[in-house]
Amino acid sequence: MVESRTSAIVEASLTALAVSLRGVTKVYDTGVVALGPLDLAVRKGEFISLLGPSGCGKSTALRLIAGLSAASSGTVRVARHEGEVQIGHGIGFVFQEPTLMPWTSVRENVRLPLKLGGIPKAEGRARADAALASVGLADFADAFPRELSGGMKMRVSLARALVTDPDILLMDEPFAALDEITRFRLNNDLLALWRSLGKTVIFVTHSVFESVYLSQRVVVMTARPGRIQADIRIETVEPRGEEFRTSAAYSDYCRRVSAALAPSYSGQSTL
Amino acid sequence: MNAHTPASAKPSGAPSAVRFVLPVIVFAAGLAAWEMVVRIREIPPYVLPAPSVIFLTLIKDWSVLSQSLATTLLTTLEGFVAASIGGIALALLFNQSKWVEYSLFPYAVVLQVTPVIAIAPLLLIYLEQQTAVVVCAFIVAFFPVLSNTTLGLNSVDRNLAGLFQLYGASPPQTLRFLKLPAALPYILGGLRIAGGLSLIGAVVAEIAAGTAGAGSGLAYRIAESGYRLNIPRMFAALLLLSLAGIVIYGVLAVVSHLVLRRWHESALGKES
Repeated sequence: MVESRTSAIVEASLTALAVSLRGVTKVYDTGVVALGPLDLAVRKGEFISLLGPSGCGKSTALRLIAGLSAASSGTVRVARHEGEVQIGHGIGFVFQEPTLMPWTSVRENVRLPLKLGGIPKAEGRARADAALASVGLADFADAFPRELSGGMKMRVSLARALVTDPDILLMDEPFAALDEITRFRLNNDLLALWRSLGKTVIFVTHSVFESVYLSQRVVVMTARPGRIQADIRIETVEPRGEEFRTSAAYSDYCRRVSAALAPSYSGQSTL
Repeated sequence: MNAHTPASAKPSGAPSAVRFVLPVIVFAAGLAAWEMVVRIREIPPYVLPAPSVIFLTLIKDWSVLSQSLATTLLTTLEGFVAASIGGIALALLFNQSKWVEYSLFPYAVVLQVTPVIAIAPLLLIYLEQQTAVVVCAFIVAFFPVLSNTTLGLNSVDRNLAGLFQLYGASPPQTLRFLKLPAALPYILGGLRIAGGLSLIGAVVAEIAAGTAGAGSGLAYRIAESGYRLNIPRMFAALLLLSLAGIVIYGVLAVVSHLVLRRWHESALGKES
């Protein structure tokens, strides 16, 4: 435990950290230990996946990083650059559901973070339109959420997370409810955005294939209370595309990640 | 849910026409039967007036009845507005502070479950008659607004609330941009109930006040006509009350539909 933590810190200190968790635990009021102790260091600009069985606390970890709930013990550090205090915390969050406000247009949904941050309306609208264009939905700014498909709603949600130009993008199983083809397409779009924008992405998923395809590092977590089981670096030729998905290296990584994940499921009845 | 075969796949045409025409036919048949029974058995109007007599009375007494209608509608409107503002404001207050909610909610329930007909005479003692009538309408109508708004304010999507928290929204911002819009369908549902109830409250208070005061509302006309055995006028006033209730409900339903039609499930067509 101690060794692994030290090595992680040494490795991470080579470049600046975007997020670091040390000995973080989360205990619910009911006494259930949901998470940890967890040590995790994420470098700036890195794309990592948190992979684990349902209920292992990976979403909880994400909410702790976002500041949506408080850790029971340990420290959560999130790097913030100066001068952007007025727009939230430099964090964009994409939930498992699109989480759009049904009563207003797509543009207004995307503009919300700016509106709450006191950005003038005209500038906010322009930035919202730009964010929508970056996810390929420029033509749907005036539509209402219910008029969009599931994949499009998720894109709106992504545009809203990007509109404040955050340093860190937290994504909580964002594509889990989508069909496979839509998910593949969104995976590619997300990778393209990540390459062009250079954000730090922490991506929570329960799909081995998705985590290997997307991330530079796959952090495999154990069943509740979630701890880190394995930390696997995915190295391949960038930029990744569909050919990576069908390569031998890809299936090799998938096998390794699956093997690391397997102990978490042993002793559990298959659900 | 129309379980039609694909051959008759016109989604709304035929069934909605039927839904409109059938009650009208039933209504016409009922009126015809009533008219016939009265005529054949020669029932005198002070026992049971025929529909035609009621209709003629409505025209003949229109000047009196229309004035009463206006009075009752004004009372209803005042009670409704007071109930809407009061109910929503109280719900917002409860939402801001649990202490206030725990302290006051039981009394809101007490006010709701105590029959207003029993409170009306007391109110008439302590308040001016016109005020007392409006207060009665308010008491009956405010509770559904209060409870629906409270439900709506508590039904905000948790993730959306988290999003507002993440972006550092202030309490007024959260209220204005998240809670109120999210609660809107519930509030409108409460208002729809409150519209009919404020009419009931107004009528109850008018009846309670009837003999004592200088009331001139429709319910007062009904009571007065009863004492004078002017049964056709009783029926005519009753008819106007029913129509007023239907119109109030209809107006509120249309308003609710117009406000929600672009986003809420309740206002969307079945096929979309």
